Amino acid sequence: MVWRSARGRRIAYQAAAIGAALFVAWFLISNTAANLEERRIASGFGFLGREAGFEIGESAFLRYGASDSYLRALVVGLTNTLAVAVIGIVLATGLGTTIGLSRLSKNFLLRNLSAAYVEFMRNVPLLVQLFFWYAVITESMPGPREALSPLPGVFLSNRGIFVPTFSGAPELQGFNFVGGAALSPEFAALLIGLATYTAAFIAEIVRAGILAVDRGQGEAAHALGLSRGQTTRLVILPQALRVIVPPMTSQYLNLTKNSSLAVAIGYPDLVSIANTTMNQTGQAIEGIAIIMAVYLTISLSISAFMNWYNAHVAFR
Amino acid sequence: MKFAIQWIRENLFAGWVSSAFTLLLIFVLWKTLPPFIDWAFLDAVWKPDSKACRAGEGACWGFIAEKHRFILFGTYPYDLHWRPAVATVLLIGLWIFSAIRLFWKWWLTLVWLSGLTTIGILMWGGILGLPYVENERWGGLILTLLLTTFGLAIAFPLSILLALGRRSDMPVIRGLSVGYIELIRGVPLISLLFMASVMLPLFLPSGVTIDKLLRAQIAMILFAAAYLAEVVRGGLQAIPRGQYDAAHALALPYWRRTYLIILPQALRISVPPLMNTFIAFFKDTSLVLIIGLFDLLSTIKISLNEPAWTGFGIEAYVFASLVYFVFCYAMSRYSRGLEHQR
Repeated sequence: MVWRSARGRRIAYQAAAIGAALFVAWFLISNTAANLEERRIASGFGFLGREAGFEIGESAFLRYGASDSYLRALVVGLTNTLAVAVIGIVLATGLGTTIGLSRLSKNFLLRNLSAAYVEFMRNVPLLVQLFFWYAVITESMPGPREALSPLPGVFLSNRGIFVPTFSGAPELQGFNFVGGAALSPEFAALLIGLATYTAAFIAEIVRAGILAVDRGQGEAAHALGLSRGQTTRLVILPQALRVIVPPMTSQYLNLTKNSSLAVAIGYPDLVSIANTTMNQTGQAIEGIAIIMAVYLTISLSISAFMNWYNAHVAFR
Repeated sequence: MKFAIQWIRENLFAGWVSSAFTLLLIFVLWKTLPPFIDWAFLDAVWKPDSKACRAGEGACWGFIAEKHRFILFGTYPYDLHWRPAVATVLLIGLWIFSAIRLFWKWWLTLVWLSGLTTIGILMWGGILGLPYVENERWGGLILTLLLTTFGLAIAFPLSILLALGRRSDMPVIRGLSVGYIELIRGVPLISLLFMASVMLPLFLPSGVTIDKLLRAQIAMILFAAAYLAEVVRGGLQAIPRGQYDAAHALALPYWRRTYLIILPQALRISVPPLMNTFIAFFKDTSLVLIIGLFDLLSTIKISLNEPAWTGFGIEAYVFASLVYFVFCYAMSRYSRGLEHQR
């Protein structure tokens, strides 16, 4: 009887979907509960308050010692993730926009070299690139005593990259540099890898965005007597931004999510520290729940911000 | 001659800015290209001799020469390497065969089924006098290709269902599809792989176990389905409304409407972005290294652990890049070709 009416079918389908979802949830939860019981694995987030007992190689902002709690270790991991993601996004946007614009240049050499860059970077997995950069830094860079100095005060060595800050410049003391800001080999490899990889995708987005602007707009600007640079800056880019912003958002999200590959080269990001935590406490479910919750929060915040921005630049 | 000078003037020295860029780029190339060629070719050591490598200035391709069997086939029994070799060639052959438009017929499914069966027999063995090899020992290129093939083959139909679910007018179905897609797309693939490797055993009734390869494959499928679903949804949205209305007017039931009218058009529009997602997925299979599977990247990385060959990471990863590049570049050229055909 129910199947005779479209309304009846709709209700039946949806009831079935809810039923199936609930069944799957019940199946997974009951099995998990039984398995945890059997293996005597504790559950709950009580472990967060306990002493972590492991050292963390580097911490972007917070002080941390092995006697601090798991919670603090995870927060340190989160700040490390955010540090590499934020700096990576800034670098990738700058590099990507430059390359995207170069691909539209009339200069044969510039255009084709940037095209080759994009083509190569997009077709090699990020993980390979991260391993490559890590190998470049740790294997081919000289030791601190023979460190390369491409700019005064900046030193490249197999112990990382050292740059001067407002409080002082790096100086060689004993076997390593002291003072200034130090990028560890892990951080430097991750940052270079993420920025150069994402830049290739951003370049394509910028290029497509600019090509999407009507030709007449550029010609009109030219007719008004604006130079090529002024035309790009004042007429083309503002219009292209509307096309560029939505896919750019997903690239920023990708970069943030890809920063989790840090675990493979030993940079202590959130995933890496959660992984250590899981190995020590055996509480895998809580560890993975924390990772997923944090990334979902970051993803949703970036999309919310970008949606706001997108509404801001859209046609009114 | 006159033509050449004119070309150079227009394309390399059109104005001050252009000339400055040209000179800068020529300078950079002149500084980097000859040392690179020296390193990669002229000074390179091609013999599998780690002492010569350490003494020399150039790249150590001898590392690849020494380790190529392990890199290609992982821990598969050494005497039986011909089996994954044939399987690899067969699988790549199947991909190339399916890329040819002339063969897009119903019997292509049969070709794939028989091809995959043959690959299964070759890899596992256990019949026809072939010794049995458990899949813990599979590795190298064939593992990467199998993860990609099965991942996409199973995720694709799932993604169509998810995309249709997301476009459904039934709130519950739409809600579940949106929830699934956004959840998976909001978290990194690594967290899904960790979940598969440590949580999946907890999800199953006690006594039921599934091996590591299958667990990773499940995570990859769940991941790919969410991303492919968004691409298919893009195709569904791009079809003019009139097509939906016309199908409705013919009084076709939902599934026949979808199968006969909507999907063929939606999928055709989605081919280029689908290919991009396929390429991304192929690259993403390298992440199974993190949960300890021996895919192509993993075998390359492990090869570096042998004391005689530590420190040749740059050569190893340049080689890895080239292998992945060849596959991905071929796929992306092919997809561009498809776009131009229409």
